[in-house]
Amino acid sequence: MLKQLEEIKSTALQELEDISSIKELKSWPVRYLGKKSELTKILRSLSTLPLNERKNVGAYANKVKVNLENSLDQKEQVLREAELAASAKRKVIDITLPSRPFPTGHLHPITQTLYEICDIFVSMGFQVVEGPEVEWDYYNFEALNIPKEHPARDTMSTSWIDCENESGERPMLLRTHTTSVTARIIETMQPPIRVVEPGKVYRYEASDATHTPMFYQIDGLAVDKGITMADVKGTLYEFARRFFGEDRKVRFRCDYFPFVEPGIEMAIECLVCRGAGCRLCGNSGWIEILGAGMTHPQVLERGGLDPEIYTSFAFGMGIDRLPMLRYGIDDIRLFYSSDIRFLRQF
Amino acid sequence: MKVPLKWLQEYIDITLPATDLANRLTMAGIEVGGIQVVGGNWQNIVVGQIVAINPHPNADRLTLPTIDLGTERHTVVTGAPNIKVGDKVAFAYVGAQLIDGHTGQLSRLKSAKIRGVVSNGMACSEKELGISDSHEGIMLLPSEAPLGAPLADYLGDVIFDLEITPNRPDCLSIIGIARDVAALTGQGLHLPEISYEESASHIGQQISIEIVAPDLCSRYCASLITGVKIAESPKWMQQRLLACGMRPINNIVDVTNYVMLEHGQPLHAFDYNRIGSKEIIVRRAADNETIVTLDGIERILSGDMLVIADKERAVAIAGVMGGANSEVSEETTSILLESANFNPASIHYTGRTLRLPSEACMRFERGIRPELTLPALKRATQLIIRLAGGEAANGLVDEYPGKLDRAPILLSTSQVTRVLGVEFSLDQIVGVLTSLGFACKTSDSKSEVSVTSPYWRSDIHQAVDLIEEVARITGYDKIPDTMLSQPLPKQNPEPIINLKKKVRRSLTSYAFQEVITYSLTSLEMLNRLLPEPHPLEPMPIRVANPMTADQEYLRPNLRANLLTILCANRRYEDGGIRLFELGRVYLPRQQDLPEETEVLCGILSGPRLVKSWHSGGDLLDFFDAKGVMEGLLSQLGVEASFEEGSDESLHPSKQAALVIAGNRLGVIGELHHKVRQAFEVYEPVYLFEIDLTALLPFTTSYKMFQPIPRFPATVRDLALVINTGITHKRVQDIIKGFPLVNQVAIFDVYAGEQVPPDKKSLAYRITFQSTTHTLTDEEVNRVQRQILDKLSSELGATLRG
Repeated sequence: MLKQLEEIKSTALQELEDISSIKELKSWPVRYLGKKSELTKILRSLSTLPLNERKNVGAYANKVKVNLENSLDQKEQVLREAELAASAKRKVIDITLPSRPFPTGHLHPITQTLYEICDIFVSMGFQVVEGPEVEWDYYNFEALNIPKEHPARDTMSTSWIDCENESGERPMLLRTHTTSVTARIIETMQPPIRVVEPGKVYRYEASDATHTPMFYQIDGLAVDKGITMADVKGTLYEFARRFFGEDRKVRFRCDYFPFVEPGIEMAIECLVCRGAGCRLCGNSGWIEILGAGMTHPQVLERGGLDPEIYTSFAFGMGIDRLPMLRYGIDDIRLFYSSDIRFLRQF
Repeated sequence: MKVPLKWLQEYIDITLPATDLANRLTMAGIEVGGIQVVGGNWQNIVVGQIVAINPHPNADRLTLPTIDLGTERHTVVTGAPNIKVGDKVAFAYVGAQLIDGHTGQLSRLKSAKIRGVVSNGMACSEKELGISDSHEGIMLLPSEAPLGAPLADYLGDVIFDLEITPNRPDCLSIIGIARDVAALTGQGLHLPEISYEESASHIGQQISIEIVAPDLCSRYCASLITGVKIAESPKWMQQRLLACGMRPINNIVDVTNYVMLEHGQPLHAFDYNRIGSKEIIVRRAADNETIVTLDGIERILSGDMLVIADKERAVAIAGVMGGANSEVSEETTSILLESANFNPASIHYTGRTLRLPSEACMRFERGIRPELTLPALKRATQLIIRLAGGEAANGLVDEYPGKLDRAPILLSTSQVTRVLGVEFSLDQIVGVLTSLGFACKTSDSKSEVSVTSPYWRSDIHQAVDLIEEVARITGYDKIPDTMLSQPLPKQNPEPIINLKKKVRRSLTSYAFQEVITYSLTSLEMLNRLLPEPHPLEPMPIRVANPMTADQEYLRPNLRANLLTILCANRRYEDGGIRLFELGRVYLPRQQDLPEETEVLCGILSGPRLVKSWHSGGDLLDFFDAKGVMEGLLSQLGVEASFEEGSDESLHPSKQAALVIAGNRLGVIGELHHKVRQAFEVYEPVYLFEIDLTALLPFTTSYKMFQPIPRFPATVRDLALVINTGITHKRVQDIIKGFPLVNQVAIFDVYAGEQVPPDKKSLAYRITFQSTTHTLTDEEVNRVQRQILDKLSSELGATLRG
């Protein structure tokens, strides 16, 4: 009996050894471990054996069974790994084929720029506020020291709303700058104030590569006790450093805006020529980025703030130019043409 | 304002290289926009004198002038008809760079044999030197030109093109610039000495001045010069005028322009004999009064405009342009020279209304000081006598109704520190201001100074104006850069700004491209949104001065622009297009600014997926639009439902209104075919739109957290047969109403062969789940039976066999 078991074992293992695929492996356990296998028959017939033999044969038969089962597992594992390896070799993909494209959406480059700028100022304690685009002459001009017939009005050609008051004047316009929001904030908020005011502005101007009748600006205002021109320089320098990069030179020069005194213009070193002079910067080496200054005492006073108590700075800049400079865009009209071949690049 | 440095150097010594000077001026607020070097390439060109002109042996039209250069003589060949012996000319040696008179290109002069005679060099025309376009004859130099001197030394110059800010009309003059240069460089000024002889007869007996409108004319001064001879002005003056962009006319007009450029005070010369009554009346024009101006055009005036008149008629539009009826002509012998000060706003209005911008206008409208009239008048009188002869009447007339006493401004060191954030000593402050011509009176106080502005500065009204002077002359780079040191103010962010940001980011996550379009549109565009034409209600807001016909009205919606863009992009894009704009629309309000509402509008059309080797071309449809809306609202935490819509621009049976807490705040739907055709779009277009301003109040609360289920779910599928007219929502609402139902999803909608007519089959997958225990089959079966019973009794639904 034991000898028979030994034979079963060696035949089975020999046959197992010769099997070379999972498919062939399927019949092997039926033959050697199945209900009708020799081994099962022996195990079933154990009860017919004498007691002393039964013990020996039983123990050995079980040992053989375990041995065969383990061998099967091992063989199966070996074969599976071999098949995986072979299949991996067979199923190589051409990774240079194009991806399965997910449709993607993009924020408009102007929006992206505005959010980036707002984030910089928010991190310095400024709050984002907005105001109306259709505005009273008062907030756009009068409140900002630009009375009727002031030459500064000539530099901001205005689109007027078709509506007249009793004295035949047109009191409503499309705001020519976001500084109108500054005038409103001075009138409505109590110091300390730190705000930035992004939005659309309008000019009565024909379109060309550097002009559109609508574009974006952001103005800023800080009012508190003890604010100085050193603070406006520092704040704007920090903005320029973060937006244009650490090593970009910044220049502050005297300029004139009716609603500030002293007035400041901030320029950065030209992005193309780095100061050597080129077409982009008109050979000056500098690119004007924004206007700023200490808010004019009359503007504070008109809005109900006492310039003897508070000092204030204000600034304003065009947004469109910034992505133009950053990405080398040479025509501002592209922003509003809504050509998706342009927009999806950002 | 163009400033030739040679002219500037008459009043101030310039010790800096031109580019350094330009930089100093720019930093101090006088921006040098351009630097033009005149004669930068005039090497090998010198001043010569013609000492003989011989005929050309082989050509009648050519001559052979001999040109003396002081140390040598050269004979050249020329065809110029305008030379005679004794003329001074610009002689170019062989090798000089000249502009070719015919091609306009710069080229090097070569020795040439012309009709058998060698020309060793050349006498140049203005065009060849790049001075002007004149190529008719050789340029003749003034007789005082030094023989043999390099032309670049004699005629070359550097011209600054300055951008003068509106607050500094004093800098619209060479002397004004010289004053700032003096303060910036520490050099002393040397201004022209003004003196001339006067005759015995007093001016007051020959002309009278009456200012009827003193509000528009604060001062009117005049001199009278008789016995003048009208002629060309000298070359040097013409050259300066040309360099500054003004055209020479005659010696009288040129002097008025020259002194305007020099002093910044506009002047006007009348032919005294053509002033009828020998009276000057400064008055408002009558409405519809006319005058023919110097340019020969008849101008119609209004009562808001100021004229200079004699008893009978206007002889000039004050400060804007003279009249033809009193113009200086070749016959003129007596000059009445006006130097006046007019109201800036009035001049601005008149110049703008008549579309007559002029150099004079530009100075008056920026508010020059009335004190400037006299020095300029005297200087011009002096120059007229010098250039045109004649003699000045005794004295000047000077009506000065607008005389103002300007109180000194007190300035303290602490004020300077308060504004600039850095300390300046009183000495430093006084030093800067004095260098600019301010009179500074210090008292015992070591920290305060009383400052009177010089007569030419009109922009100094209060202490901050002086502080700017200190800062800009010292240099803004001397002011430190500091961060705001005050405590952070409280923040009260406007919720709409945050909402807009969320919505934009959400839409891009659904593959929508943001666009920004102009706020102005046309009625024609808006009318395209109407399948059946009718008047727009309310009428959109109109701009009074539209730039173009397609930008006349403020948009009352974002749709028209988006559809226009869709059409434009479709020309080259055959993939799916998903666009959105988030912007304001403008709705009229009575007697008030319009209501500016923030609106989100999106459109989608074309294939759903990017066409590729992986995927085909399923088209976007209504349910994509709905999916975007639902996704967006879910991200915003807003509960919304869709109801039957009634938007006229949308397909009547393929649209829905977005309803939030009973308010219709938006729409989705397929665009009406007539509308899309009007926009030249020939494929189905789906649109969604939400009024974000109205949505805002529903987005401010937080959606509460739902615990993650701890017990397993049981899923059952139900296929129902139901009348065609019953909506999915009614079925879903019933199923969802039962306890233990966690989710209901429809996974098939079918109508056709296996279903009776007028019926459809809806297949639902219902997820049952309890928060307290694992469900048994019996529990689920019981609820499922109840669901079927209710669907059957309320909607007539049966299980599909």
